[in-house]
Amino acid sequence: MDIEIKGVKFSYGSKSVLKSLSFKMESGNIVGILGQNGCGKTTLLNCINTILKPTGGCVMIDDPGGLGEMDVQRMSSKDLAQHMATVAQTNSTSFPFTVMEAVKMGRYAQTRARDASDQDMDVIYNALERVGMLDFIDRNINELSGGELRRVMIARALVQEPDVMLLDEPTLHLDINNQFDLMDLMRELVDEKKILVVIVTHDLVLAARYCDQIVLMQKGEVVSIGCCADVITPENMRDVFFVDAEVSYSEAIHGLNVFIRGKFKGRGRRDISRRPCWPPSCAPPIPAGCRTCRCRCCLPGAPPPRTGIPGPTPAPGSGPAGEPGPPR
Amino acid sequence: MDGRRPSSGEDLRRIGAKSRARGVAIILLTAIALAAIFVICLFLGSGGLSFERCIQGLMGDGSWSDNYIIQRIRIPRMLCVILVGAALSVGGMTMQSLFKNPMASPSVLGLSSGASFGASMAISYGIFGFASGYGTTIAAFIFCIGTMGLVYAVAYSKYGTSTMMLLLSGMAISAMFSGLTSLIEYLAEDATLADIVFWMMGSFNRCGWNSFYIAVVPIVLGLIMIGINTREMNIISMGEQQAKTLGVNVGRCRIMLILGTSLLVAGSVSICGVIGFVGLIVPHIFRMIAGPDHVMLMPLCMLGGAVFMLIMDTIAKTITVGELPVGILTSLLGAPFFMYILRTRRREIWS
Repeated sequence: MDIEIKGVKFSYGSKSVLKSLSFKMESGNIVGILGQNGCGKTTLLNCINTILKPTGGCVMIDDPGGLGEMDVQRMSSKDLAQHMATVAQTNSTSFPFTVMEAVKMGRYAQTRARDASDQDMDVIYNALERVGMLDFIDRNINELSGGELRRVMIARALVQEPDVMLLDEPTLHLDINNQFDLMDLMRELVDEKKILVVIVTHDLVLAARYCDQIVLMQKGEVVSIGCCADVITPENMRDVFFVDAEVSYSEAIHGLNVFIRGKFKGRGRRDISRRPCWPPSCAPPIPAGCRTCRCRCCLPGAPPPRTGIPGPTPAPGSGPAGEPGPPR
Repeated sequence: MDGRRPSSGEDLRRIGAKSRARGVAIILLTAIALAAIFVICLFLGSGGLSFERCIQGLMGDGSWSDNYIIQRIRIPRMLCVILVGAALSVGGMTMQSLFKNPMASPSVLGLSSGASFGASMAISYGIFGFASGYGTTIAAFIFCIGTMGLVYAVAYSKYGTSTMMLLLSGMAISAMFSGLTSLIEYLAEDATLADIVFWMMGSFNRCGWNSFYIAVVPIVLGLIMIGINTREMNIISMGEQQAKTLGVNVGRCRIMLILGTSLLVAGSVSICGVIGFVGLIVPHIFRMIAGPDHVMLMPLCMLGGAVFMLIMDTIAKTITVGELPVGILTSLLGAPFFMYILRTRRREIWS
């Protein structure tokens, strides 16, 4: 199922958040929506899933096999929920439902019966297995950790058997292992069932690694759209995120690597702060007198740093030594 | 599942069936308890009837006065008590899940205050006097439904009605009507004042078959409106936006739930006055016992509320020579019981 955003505008009162966005997202893709805080990413997502109603334009879904072309605002929530699932950014919970009960709620739009049928149970089982929450089915959702709760919510979206999944910061609260598990799962679903996955994220590296299409937004407008190498460029990093970044394709990781070197502030550029010595090491004994970084090279009479590793404290703004990219 | 990892959809089904069986068992037990307590309470009450005379009265074989006491006073009164107990607890359960707030009770929308105002108007100034004897009942009912409309109108905006707005407008309107009721009390004569206060403390002592007929229609209607939305209530209590993306028609459900609760409260308040605390504690107690699934919780609240009310009313009418307003007892005995539950099982309550 494809989604076409046609001139969507949205404003909260007089504050205009989305300024006439238009683009198309096709099924069989993972689409990443990137942008600064407050640039309207979540608002866009909520316009797609009809929690908000655009003040102008419309969001069309195109399902050649079934529904044909349709405005999402004209669909009932139940019809829409049979095709589209949303995992929200925050989950406020109150009642002590069990994980099983919470996941079962995802079947609401698909089943009329009060009790889940055999087929429902198989779907629920598969979803729980895919997110690795089978051991938790009797646990109270209020007692789960943030990452566990997130996985439950993703399982709940999976049991909707959607054609479109909207994920608002899906990897938030997840550890690195689970982040990759989740994104691999999305990749699998996209490849298997040709669904469309839309993720809003701040994680450039994750987006670059998994997204087929990236939409870069700034102040309610689309700055750039396309595949990751065309969108995540040093120019765009500078214009949207105000960082001085080095973007390179790395054979070793089969993906883009983004090194943040410095930051633009006002008109100037400054290096982002970093530890004065490299590599940092906390191996005991902690040297006396080393206040800032506790690394070996601060010891008086320390051996010179090993070759290939930049020495201590290069002058600010000079050498290529910088903050390493995120550890992936 | 005893820490065992399910290995297929079949396993999940078995686990689900097990927990459902447990829920049904609890419902059955409560139903049996209700029946037992109903029978016991039939033999208790002022009038000092012995067991045999009660049986005879029940069969219609006793003296005229015995028959009258059993068939025209005790049975209708107990049926009213059951209706009101079920109505108030289901109303409280609905408000708690709709507002996602453990403090919510049927009175949060200002319904009881509106009804009190209507009733005190009827008592003091005789509005609806044409309905001889039922003026208070009718006034309470009409003001209750009217208050609901007013609360909704204040909360309504063209962007949609938010639950928080409903809560706030309910509180504001509740405060307004409480003030008006106090004003009427202040201006009232002593005898009228006593009537108003007695009505506002709640009592079943005027409940006969006619009260039952008046209350049964709105209460059953309200229970049905809430009963067909139990699955939706589960989802809405997780958050309204999420509920919408899961396919729930949140607006329509909310109106059904609020209208249903208004009918429940209007039906109960009009026949027995304001009875506090039932709607707050009964849902909590059963949520702690049976979990938050409203499909199971709703029948439990109905039965459990009825049991609680029956016990309270029986105590109210037997503990002293005269009769205590039952509203006093529900708070006086209900609160310590609730505190006990809260202390012993506090882990299961809202975290």
